[in-house]
Amino acid sequence: MAGHASKQIDSKTLWGGKISPFSTSYGKLMMWFFLVSDALTFGGLLIAYGFTRHSCQDAWPIGEETFNSLPFLGHGYPLIYVALMTFILIISSVTMVLAVEAGHRMDKKGVVKWMVATIIGGFFFVGSQAWEWSHFIHGSEFGKIEMADGSMAIVKGHFGEVENFTIFEAGKHHKVGHQITSDDMDLDHEYRHAIAEGHVKNGVITLHDGSKANISKKDNEHMELMIKTDGGKYKIGKHIDDHNLAADLYNKVVNSGTKGRVIYGANLEQNEYGPKQYGQFFFFITGFHGFHVFTGVMINIIICLGVIRGVYHKRGHYEMVEKTGLYWHFVDLVWVFVFTFFYLV
Amino acid sequence: MLRDDVIEYSLDAHHSEEKGKKIRKKIWQVTAILTAITFFEVVIGSTIKQSSDYWQAVKWLFIGLTLLKAGYIVLVFMHLGEERKTMKYVILVPYFMFIAYLIFIALYEGTSVGNVWALYGGA
Repeated sequence: MAGHASKQIDSKTLWGGKISPFSTSYGKLMMWFFLVSDALTFGGLLIAYGFTRHSCQDAWPIGEETFNSLPFLGHGYPLIYVALMTFILIISSVTMVLAVEAGHRMDKKGVVKWMVATIIGGFFFVGSQAWEWSHFIHGSEFGKIEMADGSMAIVKGHFGEVENFTIFEAGKHHKVGHQITSDDMDLDHEYRHAIAEGHVKNGVITLHDGSKANISKKDNEHMELMIKTDGGKYKIGKHIDDHNLAADLYNKVVNSGTKGRVIYGANLEQNEYGPKQYGQFFFFITGFHGFHVFTGVMINIIICLGVIRGVYHKRGHYEMVEKTGLYWHFVDLVWVFVFTFFYLV
Repeated sequence: MLRDDVIEYSLDAHHSEEKGKKIRKKIWQVTAILTAITFFEVVIGSTIKQSSDYWQAVKWLFIGLTLLKAGYIVLVFMHLGEERKTMKYVILVPYFMFIAYLIFIALYEGTSVGNVWALYGGA
């Protein structure tokens, strides 16, 4: 801690060049200055996000609509996953501050223990973010649809499982009467890919080899549509919660056989969650933050190796641990804001 | 070149076993607070929807809680609260002045741009 800061220093010494007016070492002060400039970068990015969001208003998605999945458990868990990520990062910040505290007692073993814990937490966070990105890029089971009147809607509900494809017109590989099951291919993936490409029409799917097959699929249940772009009939903000009507509208689009009426997942050109800037900001800001976390983990590893080798113990103080700690807490701090403005509000 | 007039501030940071215990207690207290705030935010976020009448209030509540969390991280975990006052203000005041202005001007402008698009039908 800043032991010196609590001492009384008369103003002649304080401003006479004998002492830093901040009572901190050069290294720590420079780390703070760097963090202020980095905070301005993130501040600028988040404010640019805010600008774009305010200019799109209702079309902008909110977190609970987009991020509602958990690994292995599927959909229907709004915000739980990101809350877990936030918790992991907060805990790794706590272990870091405990490492700093151990350093102030010259407890080398303690510093190593808590720094290793921090590094593990950091890797967990980066891993979680990879899953999050993968999920964001691949998208939901339903995708976003463009309806007949030109309006765009995002879809909620329970996806009915695809059971099999039965070939009725042979292609290069598949013979007539052949039944393709989940043992042969990932049916859901094939089905979604075909819809996006416009290869599904009136319950018939055209496979890669040109063969045609009837789709056997359970019905989608509890369907709801949320209009995100104005059309001739449906306006922005409209919520179609009549399950039958929603299912009917959805099936019409899926079975239209037109390419691009259903968008799954996200890339820089388009995304199923909202305006395309939403995806761009998501990738840039969480990506830039993830890059900071990754760098933080690397710096932590380097400093931790130094601690193990006893470099700082010989030096008589563990200020290097404190400085990396500052950077690591800053990464946590940025995530607190990203969490609020991307996921909560 | 070794200078004997330069104070090695890093050595002042050492503290005793008892003081360490107190500091650790404080750290765990702050951990509990941060965890509780995050948990509370998630519960509110997943129960109150954007279409609700309370949404506007919830939004401001979230922003307030975020600033509270940020305050704990900066002042306790980063020890800025224990630094000399001059340093605290050199870090915080210019940043907040600039950011507050930027938030105001960018969001105000964003809304205006959105209105113009809505009026003239741009995409």
